[in-house]
Amino acid sequence: MKIYSYILAILLSVNTAVHAQSGTASLYQDLGSEAGISKIVDESIIIFLQDARIKDSFKETNIPRLAQLLKEQFCVISGGPCKYSGDDMKVVHQGLGINAAQFYALAEDVQIAMDKLGISSATQNRLMALLAPMKRDIVFPKSKT
Amino acid sequence: MLLSSASLLSAATIHMLPRPQLLISSLALLCMMHASLAVAQALPSPDQGRLLATGGVTQLEGAGGGGLTPWATITGYGSEDSYGMTAHVTQVGTQDYRLRTAGVAIGIADRLELSLAKHRFTGSLAPLDKLELQQDILGIKLKIAGDLVTDQDSWQPQVAIGAMYKRNHAIKGLEALGVTSVKQLGAINDSGVDYYLSATKLLLEHSLLINGTLRLSKANQMGLLGFGGDKRNRYQLLPEVSLGYLINRKLVAGLEYRSKPQNLVVDNEKAYYDAFLAWFPSKTVSLTLAFAHLGDITVFNPKNQRGWYVSLQIAQ
Repeated sequence: MKIYSYILAILLSVNTAVHAQSGTASLYQDLGSEAGISKIVDESIIIFLQDARIKDSFKETNIPRLAQLLKEQFCVISGGPCKYSGDDMKVVHQGLGINAAQFYALAEDVQIAMDKLGISSATQNRLMALLAPMKRDIVFPKSKT
Repeated sequence: MLLSSASLLSAATIHMLPRPQLLISSLALLCMMHASLAVAQALPSPDQGRLLATGGVTQLEGAGGGGLTPWATITGYGSEDSYGMTAHVTQVGTQDYRLRTAGVAIGIADRLELSLAKHRFTGSLAPLDKLELQQDILGIKLKIAGDLVTDQDSWQPQVAIGAMYKRNHAIKGLEALGVTSVKQLGAINDSGVDYYLSATKLLLEHSLLINGTLRLSKANQMGLLGFGGDKRNRYQLLPEVSLGYLINRKLVAGLEYRSKPQNLVVDNEKAYYDAFLAWFPSKTVSLTLAFAHLGDITVFNPKNQRGWYVSLQIAQ
């Protein structure tokens, strides 16, 4: 029993330490501010366009515009000093027929991009926590959540 | 072709049933066929559409979850538009016993899970060195609320209800004592059903996963020693808890606790604990290593049983 209490204590302190490290720094700063987010988005888009699961969805997409909007959006949701100039997520994705698997493929590609850029898993997950609920506005019409 | 077989079946029922039932049974048949046709159309092939590790691993009784406890997660990686399948083998080896489990499961539409598992428990210390206990477990789980991944902006956990039907086989290796059934060890039944409610919350913000399960059970040592007993024969509400930390996308470390009933005079049954590390190198394979603490299994051998838990899961 004792050993489990120790492990529990270690697990909790690891978690606390990870957060103490980030301290009061916002997610925006942990992502590397404007330059860091720019790299994440550029790297992600390269991966999207090579990903057989989703690349066809971008056939008619203005990629530079997409990059710009994603950078603005990641900046805003992570607490950075930006303005999102795009339309409402729900409006943008209506009728595109993006399914759950495509949504998660995209999320996974962003994770892979962040892995490549050496962003810590805890920071990645904090961004994922903000992106995941967007599934409700992106996946139509079958989304049950 | 489907329609003609439906009418053939309906025609067959005409002669067997009085009129009102005939109408109802024909309707039911048609509904069932329509439903299965709809399911077949909606599920073309496994899409492996969900994120890595979100199907969990396979717990001891074959359900998707942690190692000891069923979670509210649906096994495999099938998204809401698809399905996924998993197969697993697990071995827990303690000082004096070994449990091997193997099974298959399917997760449908990220909502329904069906599982089948087989347990083989053997002893290595005399006089139980020839002991062999076996049971089969049929599981069903239905997700009823929430979503593990997308509900990051609320406290809503993913919630599921489930049941496990377990059937114990004849005891081998105690023939010399004249014991061939768990009933001779004090159990009331050699089959039983566990019911459970699981709530699983993924806190991505903190890279934490928390699961709480409430199980209604009469099973002694998961059913390996039968159901109900000479000390007690009623359902008890048993809490189980899992806590996991997401080290990275492919690695989860954590702890589990599972409380147990004490129904048998011959078994002063204890809670199970483990500390685990689950590795998901890809969506097709996962490997879980844990150190498990199973308590003493019988009053005849009061040694606390501890040992390594190793589990391999293949997913499609």
